[in-house]
Amino acid sequence: MSTSMPSPAVAESPFAYPDAVLSVRDLWVEYRAYRGMVQAVRGVSFDLRKGESLALIGESGSGKTTLSLALIRLLTRSALVRRGTMTYRRRDGKEISVLSLSPDELRRFRWKECAMVFQSALNSLNPVLKVWDQMYDTIKVHEPMSKQEARERALERLRLVQLDAERVLNSYPHELSGGMRQRVLLAMALLLNPQILLLDEPTTALDILTQRSIIDLLRRLKETLGFSTIFISHDLSLAAELADRVATIYAGQVVEIGEVRATFYRPCHPYTLGLMRAVPSLTASDSEMTSIPGSPPDLIDLPPGCKFQPRCGYATEQCTASQPELYAVGPHHGAACFNWQVLSREHEDAGKP
Amino acid sequence: MSQALSAHPGVSMRSRRNPLAGTIRVLRLMARNKVGFVGFVIAMIIIVGSYITPLVIPFNSIGSTDMIYVTPSWAHPFGTDYEGRDVLIQVLRGGTDVVTVGLLTALFTTVIAVTFGALSGFAGGRVDWSITGLADIVLTIPTLPLFIAISGLVNLNSAWQLAILLAVVSWPLLLRAVRSQILSLKQRDYVEAARALDLGTRHIIFREMLPNMMSYIVINFVLTATSAIYLSVTLVFLGLVPLSESNWGVMLNLANVRGAVFLPNALPYILGPTFAIVLLQFCLVLTLRSLDEVFNPRLRGGA
Amino acid sequence: MTALLEFDRVGRRFTTPRGPIKAVDDVSFSVFPGDVICLVGESGCGKTTTGKMVTGLVRPTSGRVLFEGRDIWAMPEREFKTYRKAVQIVHQDPYASLNPVHTVYQTLSAPLLHHKLAHGREEAMTQIVRLLQIVELTPPQDFLEKYPHQLSGGQRQRVSVARALTLNPRLIVADEAVSMVDVSIRVSLLNMLLRLRSELGVTFIFITHDLGVAKHFAAGGRIGVMYLGRIVELQPATQLIHSPLHPYTKALLAAVPEADPDLTRNKERVKLRSLEIPSLLHLPSGCTFHPRCPLYENGLCDVERPELAAVGEQRAVACHVVARELGQATTEGSSVAAGSLREGGVAR
Repeated sequence: MSTSMPSPAVAESPFAYPDAVLSVRDLWVEYRAYRGMVQAVRGVSFDLRKGESLALIGESGSGKTTLSLALIRLLTRSALVRRGTMTYRRRDGKEISVLSLSPDELRRFRWKECAMVFQSALNSLNPVLKVWDQMYDTIKVHEPMSKQEARERALERLRLVQLDAERVLNSYPHELSGGMRQRVLLAMALLLNPQILLLDEPTTALDILTQRSIIDLLRRLKETLGFSTIFISHDLSLAAELADRVATIYAGQVVEIGEVRATFYRPCHPYTLGLMRAVPSLTASDSEMTSIPGSPPDLIDLPPGCKFQPRCGYATEQCTASQPELYAVGPHHGAACFNWQVLSREHEDAGKP
Repeated sequence: MSQALSAHPGVSMRSRRNPLAGTIRVLRLMARNKVGFVGFVIAMIIIVGSYITPLVIPFNSIGSTDMIYVTPSWAHPFGTDYEGRDVLIQVLRGGTDVVTVGLLTALFTTVIAVTFGALSGFAGGRVDWSITGLADIVLTIPTLPLFIAISGLVNLNSAWQLAILLAVVSWPLLLRAVRSQILSLKQRDYVEAARALDLGTRHIIFREMLPNMMSYIVINFVLTATSAIYLSVTLVFLGLVPLSESNWGVMLNLANVRGAVFLPNALPYILGPTFAIVLLQFCLVLTLRSLDEVFNPRLRGGA
Repeated sequence: MTALLEFDRVGRRFTTPRGPIKAVDDVSFSVFPGDVICLVGESGCGKTTTGKMVTGLVRPTSGRVLFEGRDIWAMPEREFKTYRKAVQIVHQDPYASLNPVHTVYQTLSAPLLHHKLAHGREEAMTQIVRLLQIVELTPPQDFLEKYPHQLSGGQRQRVSVARALTLNPRLIVADEAVSMVDVSIRVSLLNMLLRLRSELGVTFIFITHDLGVAKHFAAGGRIGVMYLGRIVELQPATQLIHSPLHPYTKALLAAVPEADPDLTRNKERVKLRSLEIPSLLHLPSGCTFHPRCPLYENGLCDVERPELAAVGEQRAVACHVVARELGQATTEGSSVAAGSLREGGVAR
């Protein structure tokens, strides 16, 4: 079933859902550097449904970190949200615009509605405070309750992440291993039952076996607590493990977005395809593997046309001249490539599922 | 962390071939911090001026007794001193020794501290142990009583002698700082690679490690100069070091001794040199901001 | 044929404020010219320390490191220098491996001029251009005057490799050399290193925690799995991936997530008895893996430490249970079996 013509322009369907808990539309973020303005996020749109995991996959220079900070409004002062909207739907159905929240409202938004676990988990905890102090501080600021209640909540969360609750609560961060600290951060993020959990490179610094236990934990937590997750990573295999939908980010844009199996088995953007082929894995045959030539574009001085074109094996003349929209290449599957059909046909010919 | 102390590609080895281009590059970088650059310019003016003015402005050291502590006027903007000599002229001419002592002390201290600090940190073992032991001993010696004792024994009358003595008490602090920098740089991957390439101790210290500490060294040079200036002025003010000629410290000493503190007319005699000293120190400290622009690649952005 | 490099029961002990730890304990293996051997393991397994002992930057506290049959720490100064130049290292962090105040030219010319492999700028330039071409930094002229902060991570790593090549080394130790580089270019870096092996005959010891990278790089060579300072398995790469011997290796292989949703979500994991990683300060008795091992046998595994024993052509494992099933002894005194490891080279 292949359509012979790409659906008309920015079809809403590749990324829009009616029951979204977070809707990002046309987000543009740039920040000032000495040489000029860095266009870190350029027109990103996606929806996050209730209870689903969305993986944002990108490498260094893709703008993914800026995007994750923008989602929770933790950008530095030199950063500017030039355009776009972020609409969040609370549990009671009320919709709020995240970008126009006042500092007070923002504080209530953060951690209660949307919590974040940062990349350098090992350094996110204050080394001079015990775990209990940090958890209590978090609770105190966002949802005042009695100390007793707070303690109960903290213990319960620590048990949820499979830690020896009493012992960990009274420990200092340096007394815990890397994997345990990561679990503590997860527990802290879940303290106030947020609807959305934002994870930035959750398993990067961890060993294989520890990483495995964190991945399994995340899967289990999602099943039991039902929160939505956005995780940002360069690691495709993480997306394969945990994501319901995957979006690949390149030069500040979403170049492909779709359900996980569609994106992995029938990628319609050359960058996604290139990534799949470039990562050394246990199952891939060595001869199939090949790097993506070239390097990411300079976000200050972007070339016209498609930003991936200089490195693309499928590029045609059209690609240097103009920028492709996100075309609907399948149900809820979008790719920003003029030549997506070529890739789609290749998959069909290869008899992919 | 030390990242801030590394990399000053603005002042590369390349500029050794073309020092003029290199200097202009440095100045342009310094000019990025306006406040710092203004401080730098003023400090340069004071320093260079203090060597030039004695050659250019004549000083009548005789004075006239009917002009003692005259009120400031156009003829004598800073009034006159206890012998009727013009104060402004003395202030303008009084910087030479102070500046010389400051710069020389900084130079000697830096050379000693860097050489032995690097050696100590890199060699380790007994060399390290003995050098740091010596540094610790010297650190505990109280400076002022020491100088009081020395001035009683030795006739200190030249800026060079004073500079050497001041350097002898100032080196331990900088040495320890240099040593700890070296210890941390020793762990760097590129130093390890240099060891694997068997490039030799001398190369590693002078070509790999020290260039990464330039910012630290230069900044400490300026700070040592400022503290040397304070220390030398104090010593002269206390009368421990009888440097000759008009000299800011000497002026303060004489002002005190000759009763200038009791006469409102004589205020400029005290404030003049004080102001000059404070201005110089302030401008030297401001210069550090500009130096930061040169040595800290992060501030430079770009690439 | 003499091994190019041999570890003979090498150990390295460190004294920390909390007590002594054995970062590397009784490690033996041989590397022959043209070999590729990957050391894999999680953090704390001792692979980095092993790499540093290979390059002579760290001295073992027990055992011998032999270069072409001779103990490097017993060598006279001149011989040691020759050895030093023959073994080079490529570091993990592209941002720390190059001196920030030196241009590419300065970094690469320093060893050439210092060791008189080039006399003067002209000669140095020719050799450097050639080196840059080997590491695929073309056109070379574009890179000579660049500083590290003007290069990408991948480019920096290539300069690091070029630096390692300046003295025509026989052996290169690559310590997590691609871990901090973008995923999309890792493979090209690995392939460049492999070409160095096939075209220049450089022997490689590649240290990594990433099994996918190890599989790709050591495709024609061997993989050694390290745990808490010991080698627990050593086999040709393809065999290790498809038929691992040691329970720890099996657990690792099963735990690695794959970039294939159906495959990875249905992959069977190895259930370990405990999630706790023992600290190097308090090593478990007998086999250090026994508290977590699914094959644990009371009375055997917690009492006696298994030696790395050969169980087939070039295959070796340190596990009582596995070795018994394959009909080999792993008790004290059987380390002579490990000696047979030293004879084998790599099937080319």
